[in-house]
Amino acid sequence: MMEEFQKTLQEKFKIAESIVVRNELRVKLVREELLPLCKFLSENSFDHLSCITGIDFIEYIQVVYHLFSYEKKFWVVLKVDLQKDNPHVPTVCPVWPVADWLERETYDLMGIVFDGHPDLRRILLPESWKGYPLRKDYVDENEIQWGEVL
Amino acid sequence: MNLDAVDEAVTSSVFFARLQELTHKLADPLLNWGFRYSTWWYLFGLKCCAIEMMSFFAARFDAERLGTFFSSTPRRADLMFVTGPVTKKMAPRLKLLYEQMPCPKYVIAIGECAICGGPWFESYSVIQGVDKIVPVDMYVPGCPPRPEQFIESLQKLHKDIKEKGLRR
Repeated sequence: MMEEFQKTLQEKFKIAESIVVRNELRVKLVREELLPLCKFLSENSFDHLSCITGIDFIEYIQVVYHLFSYEKKFWVVLKVDLQKDNPHVPTVCPVWPVADWLERETYDLMGIVFDGHPDLRRILLPESWKGYPLRKDYVDENEIQWGEVL
Repeated sequence: MNLDAVDEAVTSSVFFARLQELTHKLADPLLNWGFRYSTWWYLFGLKCCAIEMMSFFAARFDAERLGTFFSSTPRRADLMFVTGPVTKKMAPRLKLLYEQMPCPKYVIAIGECAICGGPWFESYSVIQGVDKIVPVDMYVPGCPPRPEQFIESLQKLHKDIKEKGLRR
């Protein structure tokens, strides 16, 4: 079943790499293909967006989406490589509303900008925080902002 | 009539000085005793040590038998347990809550996180010890400490107040 689904995806979309590992279908794709693919997956019973992660590979940044289908009983993992200096990716909020906070968290800690997000603010750190702390080249220069509470 | 002159006369008078001395001598032990056995602590937990704090005042360990009880507002509290890591975002709020407590007030840092940062030592967003924000009277080590350690810290605080008197 997973192999069939993999073939369908390969026929419909431009996919750089795809591999089946246990009950995961791992798909690597370019930024432009992300939103149409997400819409397609959403229509094909992938209704659970479990996690959005950012990974810093020093030369580039990768954003990873974990999707699960309760009907098909397997995972689809989407991976998109982004430029280090200006990481932009379209938002998937219209497809899965849960992406709102997940994308805010990824923006907060990794600095990936989700274009078209309804409310892209920091979610864990204070509003006045400088830098993105989970990047490898992050140097902390933040002090306590005493005025913020008032 | 000039009130300042009256004020000065009262303060410079030997009689009033003696009276003040006597009042302190009589009232201070009573005040000390009363405060000691009714130290209300401010109920706010930051992280997992707060679970031990719940156990500390629940049925099994029953902190209330020691004369202590939790207060839901800092304005009625005498004691504050800092039970967890204080982040840079939380620090201004913690300081604000501390400043709302009436004097005399005491702070006990519970667990490694409040003492030095614990697992978040040299982290970007956790403050390395709550003593950088508010003055701390006692450190209780452990990750998290047992409820018995809470009881011991409270008893040590009682002893401290008895020997040194209330902080002014």
